[in-house]
Amino acid sequence: MSSISDAALARLRALVDQPAEHPRYEIGELIGEGGMGSVYLAHDLELDREVALKVLREPTATADERERILREARILASLEHPGIVPVHDVGTLPDGRLFYVMKRVRGERFDDFVRGPRSRTELLRAFLQVCDAVAFAHAAGVIHRDLKPQNVMLGAFGEVLVLDWGVAKTSRQPSRSASDATAGTAAGTPGYMAPEQMNGEADERADVYGLGGVLFFLLMREHPSAARETASQWASNASIPPAALRAICERARAGDPAARYQSAASVASDVANYLDALPVAAHTEGIVERTKRIAVRHRTAILLVLAYLVMRVALLVFTRN
Amino acid sequence: MGFPATHLSLVRRAGSGDTATRTGAEEALAAVYWVPIYAHVRLTHRQEPADAEDLTQGFFADALRRGLFARYDPERARFRTYVRRCVDSYVANALQAERRLKRGGAAAFVPIEVAEIEGRLTNEPDADAAFQREWVRSVLTAAVRQLRERYRDSGRVVQLTLFERYDLADSDEARPTYAELATEHDIRVTQVTNWLAAARRDFRAIVLDTVRDLSGSDDEFRADVRDLLGVEPR
Repeated sequence: MSSISDAALARLRALVDQPAEHPRYEIGELIGEGGMGSVYLAHDLELDREVALKVLREPTATADERERILREARILASLEHPGIVPVHDVGTLPDGRLFYVMKRVRGERFDDFVRGPRSRTELLRAFLQVCDAVAFAHAAGVIHRDLKPQNVMLGAFGEVLVLDWGVAKTSRQPSRSASDATAGTAAGTPGYMAPEQMNGEADERADVYGLGGVLFFLLMREHPSAARETASQWASNASIPPAALRAICERARAGDPAARYQSAASVASDVANYLDALPVAAHTEGIVERTKRIAVRHRTAILLVLAYLVMRVALLVFTRN
Repeated sequence: MGFPATHLSLVRRAGSGDTATRTGAEEALAAVYWVPIYAHVRLTHRQEPADAEDLTQGFFADALRRGLFARYDPERARFRTYVRRCVDSYVANALQAERRLKRGGAAAFVPIEVAEIEGRLTNEPDADAAFQREWVRSVLTAAVRQLRERYRDSGRVVQLTLFERYDLADSDEARPTYAELATEHDIRVTQVTNWLAAARRDFRAIVLDTVRDLSGSDDEFRADVRDLLGVEPR
C-alpha cells in the first residue's frame, strides 16, 4: 500500500491525541494547552451547558502525571472564590486518560486585555482582584507558582479569574515532591518565576514575585526580564510609570524573599493606597511628590477653597469700587 | 496504558530463539523502518536514490543475517537510535569496501515506492527531521493497514470506507462532509458520527499497540508516543 499523505498524517496524529468520547461530555475544539494537559471545549449533555474539559495530554501518562492532574482538580475544588475557576467533575475517559471538568470561562486573557485601550486605573483595579484571589489561595495554604498575565482571564462582566493551577502546591506538600509538576526542573515561567523557585523552594512570597511580574506587564506592556534588569527596562520605555508604582513593582520583585512584600494582601494594600493617593509603604516621597499627592487626594476640597477665595477677592474688589 | 511487564514487543521477539517468531518480528520491524532508514541514508550519507535503495536493502539483509535486532539492549539506547547507529556502521563499511550488497538476495522486505519517498525528501535539509517524520508515517501506515485487515475480516466495510474517505483524504478539500457520506451510504448522519468515532477509537488503540510493539521498554514507549504526537517533553 502506498504511504499516507502529509495532510492525512497530520490528521491521524491529531486523532491519536484526541480524547476518547465520554457518555456525558461531547468533546469539541481544543481551546488551550499546558505542560501536561490540554483543555477542550465540551458540552455537558446532562446539564446541557458548555464546560471546559482538561485532560492529560498524553495517552501514556505515568502514575505521577495522573496524580498531578488529580491534585490540580482537588486544589481547585478546595478554593471556592469568585476569582478561581470552579471544578464540576473529575473522571476517566474510556481511553484511560484522567480529566476534570470546570467552568467554561468566556472573556479576554489579561495580556490581551492590557494591550487594549485601558486606563491605568482600570488595569490596576483588575490587578487588585488578582491579588485578592491569590491571597485567598494563600489563606487556604495553596501557592500558585506560575502567576503570569496568560494565566489570568477577565470575564465579560469585569470578573477576574486566576487560571492554570497545574503547578500549584499546598502547604502540606514538601517543596519538591516526587509528584512535583515539573519534577527535576523548576516550576514556573522565566521572568515571573521567583529566583528561589529555581531551587524548588516556594512559599507565598514566590507568588508575590509573580504578582510583581504581572504588575510590571500591566505598567510596561512587556514581559519582565530578571529582577536585576528592571531598572533598565523602566528607562527603555517611552512612558515611565510613576515612582510609587515602580517602587511597588520592584519591592514585589525583589530577589531576596525577605525584601519583598510578605503577602499578596500587602501588595494589594499598597496598590490600593496608590489608587487612593495615599502613601505607599514601598516608596519614600520627596516634598514635591508628597505635595502633589496630597493635592490630588484633596483636590475637591482645594478647588472649593480656591473658588471661595476667588469669590472673596472678587467681592472685595467690587465693594471697593 | 503503560508497557505491560509481560508484553513481548517486536523488538524483544526479534531476539527469540524460535525461528518463526524471530523472522516475523524482523520482517515487521523492517516494514516500519525501511522508509525512515532510506531517508537517513539519503540525507545523512548523501547517497543517490539508487545507491540509498541498495544500501537500505543491504542493511536489512545484513541485519537479519547477523541478528542485529536481537542484540539490541534497551538499557543502552532507544531502539531507533540503535538502528541508526547500525545503519551508519553498515554504510561506512559498505562504502569503504566499495561494495554494494545485492539487494538482500531474493528478499524484498517491503513494496518500495522510491519515487514517492524522493518527492518528500526534496528540499529536506534535516536528516533527523526526515527520519522522524518517515518513522511516524510508517507507524501510522502500519496501523491503517492493520485497521483495514481487522475491519474487512469482520465485515465492517462501510465503517472502514467512512474512515478512509474522511480521515485518510489526501487534502482537506477532498474530504466529504458527514452529510455527503450519509447520503452516499444511505445511512443517517448520526450513524456516520458514531461509526467514525468507533473507527477512530480502534485506530487509536492500534497505533498505541504498534508503538508499544516497536519499543523495548516503558520509557521508550512513552518517548516514542511523544514523538509520534509531536509533544515536547516538559
